[in-house]
Amino acid sequence: MSSIPTPTTDATTRAADAQAHAEQPLSTDSGSSFLRQVRALIRRNLTHTKRQPEMLTDVTIQPVMFVVLFAYVFGGSINIPGGSYREWLLPGIMAQTMAFSSFIVAIGLNNDLDKGIIDRFRSLPIRRAGVLIARSVSSIIHSSIGVVVMSLTGLVVGWRIHEGVPKALLGYALLLLFGFAMIWIGIYVGSSLGSVEAVNGVMFSTMFPITFLANTFAPTQGMPSVIRHIAEWNPLSSLVQAMRENWGNTGALPPSAAWPLQHAVPVSIAWSLLIAVVMAPLAIRAFNRRTSQ
Amino acid sequence: MTSVAIEACHLVKDFGEVRAVDDVSFSVPRGTVLGMLGPNGAGKTTTVRMMTTLTTPTSGRASVAGHDVTTEPDAVRRSMGLTGQAATVDELLTGRENLRLIGDLYGLPPARVRSRAAEMLERFSLSDAGDRVVKKYSGGMRRRLDLAASLIAAPPVLFLDEPTTGLDPRSRVELWEVLRGLVEEGKTLLLTTQYLEEADHLADDIVVIDHGRIIAQGTPLQLKDQSGRASIVVTVSRADDLLEAERLIRAEVAEVHLDVADRQFTAPAEGLSAITRIAEVFQGAGIELDDIGLKRPSLDDVFLHLTGHRAEDPTTDAEELSA
Repeated sequence: MSSIPTPTTDATTRAADAQAHAEQPLSTDSGSSFLRQVRALIRRNLTHTKRQPEMLTDVTIQPVMFVVLFAYVFGGSINIPGGSYREWLLPGIMAQTMAFSSFIVAIGLNNDLDKGIIDRFRSLPIRRAGVLIARSVSSIIHSSIGVVVMSLTGLVVGWRIHEGVPKALLGYALLLLFGFAMIWIGIYVGSSLGSVEAVNGVMFSTMFPITFLANTFAPTQGMPSVIRHIAEWNPLSSLVQAMRENWGNTGALPPSAAWPLQHAVPVSIAWSLLIAVVMAPLAIRAFNRRTSQ
Repeated sequence: MTSVAIEACHLVKDFGEVRAVDDVSFSVPRGTVLGMLGPNGAGKTTTVRMMTTLTTPTSGRASVAGHDVTTEPDAVRRSMGLTGQAATVDELLTGRENLRLIGDLYGLPPARVRSRAAEMLERFSLSDAGDRVVKKYSGGMRRRLDLAASLIAAPPVLFLDEPTTGLDPRSRVELWEVLRGLVEEGKTLLLTTQYLEEADHLADDIVVIDHGRIIAQGTPLQLKDQSGRASIVVTVSRADDLLEAERLIRAEVAEVHLDVADRQFTAPAEGLSAITRIAEVFQGAGIELDDIGLKRPSLDDVFLHLTGHRAEDPTTDAEELSA
């Protein structure tokens, strides 16, 4: 440090001046403010949705269109042994919509990273996990709106829950747990890819087929054996099967169905937890790597 | 209380094989402005990111308001505000919502957040636009909002990464006024810029950085002196006198450049006495002058002298705008 610039006389006087009545940072409350930070960030994310209602099309118009398409266009040619296709279809579409919630997280996060908003947040005295937590909670709220819309649409087209309240709630809880797991995939993809376009491309070309390669829209019994095997081991299938069972939307499972479908509820819980446990560390690492550049 | 607000000690940052910042040291006295001058990719932003805890130094040490950036990052974040290269305000929120969000995140008491947000909007002439969505703001308004957000918790130190890049000249000058006001209040500023004029206008001290290294530092005046000679500039009143004037001035100094359109002679100044001597000669010959004076080399000349290339490369500017 041999060559520190010598301040000019003017600057020196000003420095002394400033020292005399330097403005101190406004006092900040520490301790319990973490919740407040997360709340402020969630409010911000929800304001985005409010200002851009078209952001909700993925959980409103799109699934409603799918319900209408499949219930009335394809539904006539799909036979569900011992049940109505429309009732059988609803849990499938709900699960697909929940899988797409990873999209929302990935795009929202990528956008914030890209625009430097995350850097701004990181330059503030906040717990950095708050940014991800807020993103996750907003996404759950976002998806929940979709679940409500689809439930209402379902009621209109003739879908009903035939079991009691506890089982009905268990079905919804399994759906939300799966949504929680999907968030980590979203954080991973959103942090790893360079642009919103890339996120869109990757998510669309992977998630879309995955949500069809399952028991979501058509029974797996009619699929060629290899495809059927993959479909029945698809995490989404156990979730959908579990929801159908708990809501009374399906007849008896054929004995040839794969093991995960025979134990749909525990397997669905296990899948969701496994995805979260594997993806969370990867997602956090990708996020940290992206932000520490 | 130390009198040094910002200090960097042998900062180094490597990205893989690339050394982005190479042994950078400087110190900024409280209440002064340090201008960090250099072309795109010189390592200015990386230095600011280290100083503002966004990325950790590979080696070296830095402190802000007496707090070490690696060991006390939260204290650093509480003491400083950062205005990034692109105005990092939220486009879908209103100006007021943006300020409140940042105030909430700083952990100011809720009532204080509301009053400070209103105060900041007023101060940065955004009161009328405060409840409009930022998407509809002009570039200058966004920058002012960005600055207001950095100031909401009244941090004593501000980092401004290319605060006027992409602004039109008028907005730029307006922002300079705002920044000068902050310094008068006693804030300490570190600003990076590619614009020599900006560093010259605002900074008490300048470090010139190129390829990650500091290649010169000092006051604007010191830097100008360092890069050589001042010139005498003489403007003759009547075009008719130009020939006679040229003959006279050539008799006094060896190397003269004549700009006919502006009726202006430029010659290297060998000391102040040259001005008096030339003024006397012209007076004696009855040649009227509009102006005679000493022109110091601009920082642009300094940069060229130090690095062998210009700081404001028009192609890099264009790239930045399209990015």
